[in-house]
This record gives sequence, structure tokens and C-alpha cells, in this order.
Amino acid sequence: MSDICVEITGLKKSFGPLEVLKNIDLTVNRGDVVCIIGPSGSGKSTLLRCVNVLEEPNGGKIVVNGTELTDPDVDIDRARTKIGMVFQGFNLFSHLNVLNNLMVAQRKVLRRSESEAREVALRNLDRVGLRDKVASMPAQLSGGQQQRAAIARALSMDPEVMLFDEPTSALDPELVGDVLGVMRQLADEGMTMLVVTHEMQFAREVADKVIFMDGGYIVEEGPAADVIGNPQEERTQSFLARVLDPTHHGPKDPE
Amino acid sequence: MAMSKRQRAQYIRFAQYGVLIVVILLVAFLADWGQIRRAFFNTEIAASMFPNVITVALKNTIIYTALGFGFGLALGLVLALMKLSSVGPYRWIATVYIEFFRGVPALLVFIGIYYGVPIAFQLQFPPLTTVMLALGGVGAAYMAETIRAGIQAVPKGQVEAARSLGMSQGRAMITIVIPQAFRIILPPLTNELILLTKDSSLIYILGLFREQYELTKFGRETLSRSPSLTPILIAGLCYLIITLPLGYLSRYLEKRTGGKKVSVV
Repeated sequence: MSDICVEITGLKKSFGPLEVLKNIDLTVNRGDVVCIIGPSGSGKSTLLRCVNVLEEPNGGKIVVNGTELTDPDVDIDRARTKIGMVFQGFNLFSHLNVLNNLMVAQRKVLRRSESEAREVALRNLDRVGLRDKVASMPAQLSGGQQQRAAIARALSMDPEVMLFDEPTSALDPELVGDVLGVMRQLADEGMTMLVVTHEMQFAREVADKVIFMDGGYIVEEGPAADVIGNPQEERTQSFLARVLDPTHHGPKDPE
Repeated sequence: MAMSKRQRAQYIRFAQYGVLIVVILLVAFLADWGQIRRAFFNTEIAASMFPNVITVALKNTIIYTALGFGFGLALGLVLALMKLSSVGPYRWIATVYIEFFRGVPALLVFIGIYYGVPIAFQLQFPPLTTVMLALGGVGAAYMAETIRAGIQAVPKGQVEAARSLGMSQGRAMITIVIPQAFRIILPPLTNELILLTKDSSLIYILGLFREQYELTKFGRETLSRSPSLTPILIAGLCYLIITLPLGYLSRYLEKRTGGKKVSVV
């Protein structure tokens, strides 16, 4: 299998007259952790949602695990089983307990046996430290626990790449660490990860590559130490200054 | 005269109780209690209605309602899905069906199905099937809109999560959306069941046999043989045996789902 896991070329996406992604090229190597940072409205979440075609691109090409997802004849449901997705709002199935959240797609989509699905689910609950919550309903869990269960749900499909869409943005500050810890552990295990995040420290410490997006373009990309530590572009510099040192800046000038 | 806030509140409360007492006294003095007792509380006639009012009439009312509700729920779900379909004609057909059967009196629908279906399709359904089609056909129109609203009330993120796990649109609908939608609409659906219970009184138009009588028909039939309104009272009380617990259940479910977080965003 090739070393390239996700390859995006010339990606365009508009919502009505609003151009959100303007010609994006992006390559993610197998085993790499790529963090996408940037101001809100820069198109980073849309880019991530295009990778598993939750948003239908208007142009360009997306190849994941060797399958071209932009091909109109592709079996997108099959391709998605190999692309795990974690949402800002967790999106655990609210009518199912934790175990069934992890089992339902294994059973209905992968057609795994009851015992195999259960075994895989329990193994992944162990990985995220929620073994004791198998029987809990999502509403009974804290945000951090819900997000970890959601990560375990995605892992239960044995994905080749994981997409994280601002996984800690909806969490109380003291719960962020649990989720980031699980993600770091995943990265250490060699999972290919594409992470939209505002957690600069996570990006700096874990990411192999950081991408700064603004206005629908990739403005700057490279190793974390370069993009976050020593940004070259002025827009990257001003964004990072605001994020890393928020108290020393006045309100942003209207553009 | 200037009154303090507390005085005014006292005064208003006083006036309200006063009006209430006057009305009660008026009714109590004007009504002919002897007549009322003879008309509605004839124990002999009441006793003569048992046990058939329970073993036949109440039982049949429950059976007819259950059949109508079951069929109506299934048809309502189909109509709701048609209404949400991306295929235009499905939406139009569902809309026409719903608007027609909600807008026309149930009695007319029953007559139409009872006399119309045999003419149109050259077939005669057994009575129970006719009852099911008639009650369910009307109930479906109401339930379809409730179910559609329930499906749309399921957060979009639930479908996105299901799709991102590789579920097809249909699979996500069946496994994730519809079960959650029914949780959301359980209280209004219980109300539909109460309405349907009462609508089952209209199927007297289908000309049933004695052993097929439901409560209203049974009450009216007894009425025609006795010089008292007691049968109507008994029949009415029997309806309450069904509808009061359902109403209680509906309010309980409403409180439960209202207090519980349905979605997490």
C-alpha cells in the first residue's frame, strides 16, 4: 500500500454564492498527524468534512486509501467505513447505550458477529478508558467521556485514517485533557490523523505537519515548529499572536 | 379607593370565589335533581348493561382502536417518509392524502370506504378490515405530520455520525433516526390514540352486528330499548376507562422526554 493516505487536489467548495474552499491541495502520509488551524470561517471544518464527503465538493479530486471519493460511481458508504470521524458535538446515538453505540455500525455495516463486535467495542473502550461505562446512556456521561466514547466508536470500525473536527471545542476546560490524551496515544500508535483544532499545544507537540488556513486557502503549511514556532506569513503571525497571547491585543480591525 | 397590592389580590380572589358559589347555587336550584337521577342513574338499566358493555362493547372499542392505530401508524410512517422524499411525486401524493383526510370529516371517510371501496375494486372486506382501513386511514393523516416533525427534530449530527460510520441513508433512517423520532413524538402520538379511541364511535355507520358493537353503538342500542339516558352515561364512563390512563401516560411521557436531554450539541 502506498505511503499516501489522503490526497486532495484542486478542491473547491461553495455554499451558494459563498466560496468556502478555493483550490485546496493537501497530502497526508500514512501514519502522519496533520493539524489544521485557522480563524473561524476559514474553511477548515469544511475541508475536513469534504475528506469523507459529508460535504459534496464542487470541484477537485479527493483520494483516500487509494479510492477516489469524488468519482460519482464510488461506493461512498464502503469508503467511509475506513475513515473515522469525530465531531465537535460528539454525536453519540442518544437512544443507544455506549456499548451499542460502538456495536451498531459494526453489526449493520461491517456485518460482524455479535461476539466479535462486542469484543472489538470493549477493546476500544479500554483504549479510551471507558470500560466501566459500557451500559451508560450518552446523556449520563460528561462531555469528555462522550467524546472519548465517540472516538472509540470510530476506532471500532478499524479505520485507516481518523478525522477530528474540533474535538475539544465543546468541552469544559478541565475535560479537554482527557480527550487530547487519548488522541496523543492514538498518534503514538501510528494512526493517520487529520485534526481541526484550536489546541496549539497539541498541534505543536503531536502534529507532524501543521496547516494554517484562512479565507478558503492554505496559507502556510509545514512542520509544527515552523508554522507555529516561526510563521512566515503575516496572516499566520497575526492569528497565532491572537490565539497564543489573547490578552495583549485589541479588538481586530474590521477588514 | 386606594388599595395595597395585597388587599387587591385578596379582593380579586374573594370575587372569584363569589362568582363560583353563585353559579353552583344557581345550577343546583334550577336543575331538577329527581329527573336527572331518573334519567341518568337508573341502576336497573345500568345493571342490565353488564357484563356485555365490558365484554363486548369496551372490548370491541379497544380492538377497533388498536387495529386502526396500528395500521395508521404504519401508513403514517410511510406518508411521513414520502413527505420527506426527494422524489417530487411522492411528496405531492403524501401532501394530497394528508390534507384530504385531515380536512374531511371522519364520518364521510368511513362512509366512503364502506361503500366506495367495494364499488371501486369489486371486493368486499370483512368488517374488521374495513374498520382498520377506515380508522387507520384517517389516523394516518394526522400521525404522518407528527412523525414527519419527529424525524426532522432528530439532530442532523445523528445522521452525520451514522453516515460517517458507513451507514447508507436508508440504514441511518431505520437504525438511528426513526427510533429517536418515535421517542420524541411519543406524547403527541398518545394523544392521537385518544382521538382515535373516540373516533371509533363513528364506525356505527358500517352497520355492525350485535356482537360487533362498540361502546357508542352499544349505548345507543340500549337507549332505544329503555326510557333512560343511563346507557349513555355508562358508555361515556367506559371511554374514560381508556382515555384517562392514556392522557395520564401522555403527560407523564411529555414530562419525561421534556426533562431528558434528547440531543447533545
